[in-house]
Amino acid sequence: MKKSSLDKKFDKIRFLEENNKLVSKDQNRLISKFLHNKLAVLGLIIFSIILLATIFAPLISPYDPIRIDLRSMRQPPSLLHWFGTDSTGRDVFSRVLYGGRVSIFVGLGSALMSALIGLAIGCYAGYRGGWVDVIALRISEVFMSFPQIILVLLLVSITGQSLTNLFVIFILTGWGGMYRLSRARMLSLREEEYVQALQSFGISTFSICYKHMLPNALGPIMVMITLSTAMFILTEAGLSFLGLGVPLNIPTWGNILNVAQDIVILQNYWWMWAPVGLTISVFVLSVNFIGDGLRDSTDPSQQG
Amino acid sequence: MSKEKDIVLKLKDVQVYFPVQAGIFKRTVAHVKAVDGVNLNIYRGEVLGLAGESGCGKTTLGKAILRLVEPTAGEIIYNSTEKEETELRGLSKKAMDPFRKKLQIIFQDPHSSLNPAFTIFGSLEEPLKKYGVKKRSKRREIIGDLLEAVNMRREYMDRYPHEFSGGQRQRIGIARALCIEPEVIICDEAVSALDVSIQAQVLQLLMKLKKEKNLTYLFITHDLSVTEYICDRIAVMYLGRLVELCKSEELYANTLHPYTEALLSAIPVADLDKKTKRIILEGDVPSPVNPPSGCPFHPRCPKAKDICKSKVPPLKRYSINGNDHYASCHLIDLPEAV
Amino acid sequence: MSIQKDIALSVKNLKTYFYTNNRCNKAVNGVSFEIKKGKTLCIVGESGCGKSVTAATIMQLLPTLSRIEEGEIIFYKGDEKINIEKLPRNGKEMRNIRGSDIAMIFQDPMTALNPVYTVGFQIGENLKYHTDLNKKEIREKTISLLRDMGIPLPEKRVDEYPHSYSGGMRQRAMIAMAMACNPKILIADEPTTALDVTIQAQIFELMAKLKKDYDTAIMLITHDMGVVAELADNVAVMYMGNIVESGSVGDVLRRPTHPYTKALLDSVPVLGRGKDQNIQPIKGSTPDPYDRPIGCQFAPRCNWADHSCELMPEISNVTSTHEVRCHKYKEIFQY
Repeated sequence: MKKSSLDKKFDKIRFLEENNKLVSKDQNRLISKFLHNKLAVLGLIIFSIILLATIFAPLISPYDPIRIDLRSMRQPPSLLHWFGTDSTGRDVFSRVLYGGRVSIFVGLGSALMSALIGLAIGCYAGYRGGWVDVIALRISEVFMSFPQIILVLLLVSITGQSLTNLFVIFILTGWGGMYRLSRARMLSLREEEYVQALQSFGISTFSICYKHMLPNALGPIMVMITLSTAMFILTEAGLSFLGLGVPLNIPTWGNILNVAQDIVILQNYWWMWAPVGLTISVFVLSVNFIGDGLRDSTDPSQQG
Repeated sequence: MSKEKDIVLKLKDVQVYFPVQAGIFKRTVAHVKAVDGVNLNIYRGEVLGLAGESGCGKTTLGKAILRLVEPTAGEIIYNSTEKEETELRGLSKKAMDPFRKKLQIIFQDPHSSLNPAFTIFGSLEEPLKKYGVKKRSKRREIIGDLLEAVNMRREYMDRYPHEFSGGQRQRIGIARALCIEPEVIICDEAVSALDVSIQAQVLQLLMKLKKEKNLTYLFITHDLSVTEYICDRIAVMYLGRLVELCKSEELYANTLHPYTEALLSAIPVADLDKKTKRIILEGDVPSPVNPPSGCPFHPRCPKAKDICKSKVPPLKRYSINGNDHYASCHLIDLPEAV
Repeated sequence: MSIQKDIALSVKNLKTYFYTNNRCNKAVNGVSFEIKKGKTLCIVGESGCGKSVTAATIMQLLPTLSRIEEGEIIFYKGDEKINIEKLPRNGKEMRNIRGSDIAMIFQDPMTALNPVYTVGFQIGENLKYHTDLNKKEIREKTISLLRDMGIPLPEKRVDEYPHSYSGGMRQRAMIAMAMACNPKILIADEPTTALDVTIQAQIFELMAKLKKDYDTAIMLITHDMGVVAELADNVAVMYMGNIVESGSVGDVLRRPTHPYTKALLDSVPVLGRGKDQNIQPIKGSTPDPYDRPIGCQFAPRCNWADHSCELMPEISNVTSTHEVRCHKYKEIFQY
């Protein structure tokens, strides 16, 4: 019988084992599993590159992203301007870098805040049950059933466009998912014997739920944070493109894309929207890969 | 009149019912009668076995004593060496604390009895912190002593649960139960999930600790071979009620209740020369939601008569070989002890 | 030398290795035994000894990251000899054997049946795949199987879902499913461990009946010596991937020769021996499969071991039926 590649791999492992060359390293299984997932590692690398680029924007790009230079309007990409310039002569590359700061901040910040609120309520409600749980469930359902766009329109029409509004809306619509997730984890963890042991010692509910059970619920929450970040960034991009998100004076990836609403620019001046669109896609994809990798590595049923 | 021995726990008519809810409005349509009126006295210093099959209510009773599950009726009276008797039901959380120090529990499943996110030290120091050991160095000392008492090394306190085997985790569970110096420990199937050769190690450890620290055990199990070995008295439960309670040797030598007889005969014995005639019970263990009328065992009892179907047999006291022997069966043909 | 006609399955020097986490775990490391027709072979051992892996190997139900390294599994079907280890895992031949010639029942009856199909459907599937019966005949056979296995009101029960069956009944349904095509060999992996004692007794009765009525060869895996005394004709004791002692049930239980068998029997409280029985726990614990001792696997925990035990002992014959893998068996036998 021909030896398959799996067979050859097994032979190699067996040979090493029999000659005492293999030692199980006592590393953290989570990390080692993650690092074995090639897509996740790729995602992590791309994510880091883009994140660091936006953080070190002043060092990388010499231009001021909001400075208008009417002499170099609509210039195609060149050595001077790597992504060219836009309709008012602003350097697109700098705008993408600085815009990334805001977009990532909005995305990650909203995801973290929703996670904080969702965890805080979900842990307690999931553990205790009772009327706290029922009320929180119903409120979260109300918030989760609102489409974000309607909420944004509502808020924008009342208070005008602003970065803070966007934050508020994302957090209001996002906490529900985190709450349900942490609540679900708590419901299953509640039956674990170590929880009953803590109860038998009379340890306070607060301590049991936030100090002892919460660390065990973090796995799926971390995954959800990464995936929410991706989703919020995309949503921000969409909203800003429509002119409903962050006002145009603060560059974000989304409102840089806003210029593509004009058919002339769409057709003739590709450098004003294509690079930023690509950056958004690549960043969101990398975050999704990281999220998938985290999910796989925290899943106990996957074979090593 | 037998000498009034020192009773540490009195259970009077303890009932634990769980509501069964149905419909949109979650109306209570029935009750799961997990524990249906149990009267039991636990003497200080004894090992009382609580035996029965799944669904008999033994684990629920054990948890009810610690109020991990609230009894729906009855009294649980604790008699500590310092104070007088105290009814545990109805105590506030704070008032329960001194009793939590006295009553502890060892669980069955070594894989879920320790928090995977904490080191052993982290898990064990929590109760010590609560009950007044303020200095970290003192806590480390106490935990180190506890680990040595269960035949483990002090350095293990800085490791995580997943680094230990099932038997070792169970020993850590025992160390945890001992950390605030209890008087009574409820062993809830404490050796059932272990390999047979490890069971023996843990049983011997439990007996050694009992002697050293003057403990009382309520040993909950389904394995009657183990109870014969380590228990002083054994109580057999069926469908939430006590059916027999007596000294360990008497349960095997002079079985009174038909259920206990069938249970003992069904146990596979690792001795080719001891083949007993097996009494095979028909049907399955009934559900505690709809217990049969009269004696709960009558549908499966090979000796059932008409009276068994209508009247619940009370737990009566008999005297056999000078010992108290309780059983609840209409068909026992012995004089009741006065 | 056993006559071929008596033997249903013969396993010779079987080695199954696992390759998870990029390490090699020699879960079964040279195991040989025979399953005789109409007899029960009990494989006894504690967790990690490789007994379940042996069963999975015979059925070729191993996970992807494992393989049969060496050895033979010979299934004697009528006049044919089929080498199971040579068949591809999910090939047509193997799938024909599974379920109809060799069947398996598992430990946990709660999860062994699919909750979304009726019990009748699941048993019927086995019949549909392996026989030529039509729908009506399949239904009749299913009902008669359920009745045979002691399930009351089978005409009604056949259309019910697993959740309305109790634990004991589910186990009976699983046995019915396994016996549907009258297999030559039934492999039972801890079939009563998850059941209550009184229900266990019922299942033991059932298995004794199967042996009598169907002449099935049974391979029963357990950790409970009591079960061995009840059901076994022959016993094989496993430890860390090897069979350390084997023979008839009288040989092994009355005259245990291997230190592990002796220690195992001495460490379990036996019903009827009273409070003063002498229980001796086995010192130490099972070694890490990735960090095994050299030579005899039980040596570190053995009261008779010396440096000769650094060499893995060969199989010695205590009698023609009773085999043991120990250098010191002669001393122990006298003991």
